[in-house]
Amino acid sequence: MKLIFEKGNINRRLDLMPECDVPVVDVDERYKRKKEIRLPNVSETEISRHYTKLSKRTFGVNNGFYPLGSCTMKYNPKINDEIAKLPGFSDVHPLQPEHTVQGCLEVYKLAEEYLCEITGMDAMDFQPAAGAHGEFTGLKLIRAYHRDRNDTKRDKIIVPDSAHGTNPASAAMAGFTVINLPSTEEGFVDVDALRKVVGEDTAGFMLTNPNTIGLFEEHILEITSIIHEAGGLNYYDGANLNAIMGIARPGDMGFDVVHLNLHKTFSTPHGGGGPGSGPVGCKMHLTQYLPTPRIAEKDGMLTFEEKNGKSIGRVKDFYGNFLVVVRALTYMMTLGSEGLKNASENAVLNANYMLHMLKDTFDIPFGKGRCMHEFVISLEKLKKEKSVSALDFAKSLLDYEIHPPTMYFPLIVHEALMVEPTETETKETLDEVIAIYKELYDKAYTDPDSMHNSPATTPVGRPDEVAAARNPILRFF
Amino acid sequence: MSKEFLFTKTHEWVQFLDDTTARIGISDYAQSELGDLVFINLPEEGDEVIVGESFADVESVKAVSNVYSPVTGTVKSINKNLLDQPELVNMDAMDAWFVEVEGISDKGDLLSEEEYKKLIAE
Repeated sequence: MKLIFEKGNINRRLDLMPECDVPVVDVDERYKRKKEIRLPNVSETEISRHYTKLSKRTFGVNNGFYPLGSCTMKYNPKINDEIAKLPGFSDVHPLQPEHTVQGCLEVYKLAEEYLCEITGMDAMDFQPAAGAHGEFTGLKLIRAYHRDRNDTKRDKIIVPDSAHGTNPASAAMAGFTVINLPSTEEGFVDVDALRKVVGEDTAGFMLTNPNTIGLFEEHILEITSIIHEAGGLNYYDGANLNAIMGIARPGDMGFDVVHLNLHKTFSTPHGGGGPGSGPVGCKMHLTQYLPTPRIAEKDGMLTFEEKNGKSIGRVKDFYGNFLVVVRALTYMMTLGSEGLKNASENAVLNANYMLHMLKDTFDIPFGKGRCMHEFVISLEKLKKEKSVSALDFAKSLLDYEIHPPTMYFPLIVHEALMVEPTETETKETLDEVIAIYKELYDKAYTDPDSMHNSPATTPVGRPDEVAAARNPILRFF
Repeated sequence: MSKEFLFTKTHEWVQFLDDTTARIGISDYAQSELGDLVFINLPEEGDEVIVGESFADVESVKAVSNVYSPVTGTVKSINKNLLDQPELVNMDAMDAWFVEVEGISDKGDLLSEEEYKKLIAE
């Protein structure tokens, strides 16, 4: 398929811009563009066909089953978009006077209130643009807290070896040294090992709960108290919140800071469609360090409050990805507190149903036949016996028009496939998928070569990932 | 160089050139588990390396992994070829040394080739 720059004709123009209806201002010569701007020279028909064609080559949750573990690719209800499209939300400018956008500010206020209730936090800030950005912001809060107390020797963040790669990366970005904590054979935090590594240099501990194996940390209260007793703070990565909404709260488990992924748990667009949103919540003792401006109520009006001497400062221009927050709030208000709880219960039920139906065929090394909202298959045996790797299995799924699960994560499971069906799939879909997984397992023994060569039906089969990583071409011009 | 290779449980090899100088790389098993390497991050000459601590990292299409030092000493030289051609490690891991360390004052528990083979067979 041609790129849009390879199409069209140099003399073709598409003038969609209205005539200028404000006085033209001339700018200094040095700010003026020297070269002609490079835009595709295509007609509206060509644009429409180009993007329609592209859309047919993509695969989203509207196309089919999309169990990308740890990503919570749930269906995003269309009502979210309907509400976000309302002119009062979409036709506003971030520099508009505050008294004209009171409704928008109220969206933030309400979303903060609900998310605090769900997580057990005292405040929530919507500036971070995505999950890793939220992690960075949350870690900055931890840093500010220790510095403010003149506790400057705390420079270590402890991260379990099953963590998302963003956890150690964010900790390093925020200026900490990362201590890697091995998991137990059962896939949990090793409490004894944790006791040994904590000390006067412990700034904090990062954890997802349920963890990346899809298990709820049984000793969570003991774990968070070990960190608190050592003088550190507990950071909750909200990647797996979809398993526990309305059932358990990070705030009650002893966490001081959380980040959420609205694009995972709260059904807002995800991946290429985004943008994401990674709000950061914290307990009272950290609120003074949150980014500014914060929304506050003053004389019956909502306003952006800039003044805050101890704030870590801005982490994004304006106030985060507003329309994403509108969608998340719509989702929460549509479901209500009972609905959110049901969503989590069904997410866990769906994952356990799949696990139960697959566990006699596949090796599922952790959890003893139970899981929370996701589970991890190991194809190590298949790789050894038939050279069919997790990648081959994932690629083969594409020919059945279902999206593969997350591969090769978490790192503590070899040849891992991490399956998160979410609550928005029906039993019929799950049964279909279970049958396909089993069929492919048999095929790996009877016809492994076909799996090495799959997929056969997709527009792109096996891109050269190594060449792409070694010599990436990142732009057309 | 006919000196024997010794191994760590974390899949590095070390080859002593004399009592206090050695070359370090990763094992063939390590490269095959990692898959095609796309990037290698090496220390600088003169950096200190410490037994059991990470001194380099390797990135494959799958993941980034730390490389742990089997010895304590000072980096005498690095294999600059690996920076542009990480695939050299996939082609011959035992030949593609990462660093040469001098002034070695300590070493970890090292396995013989036979013991290492037993470990990875498990």
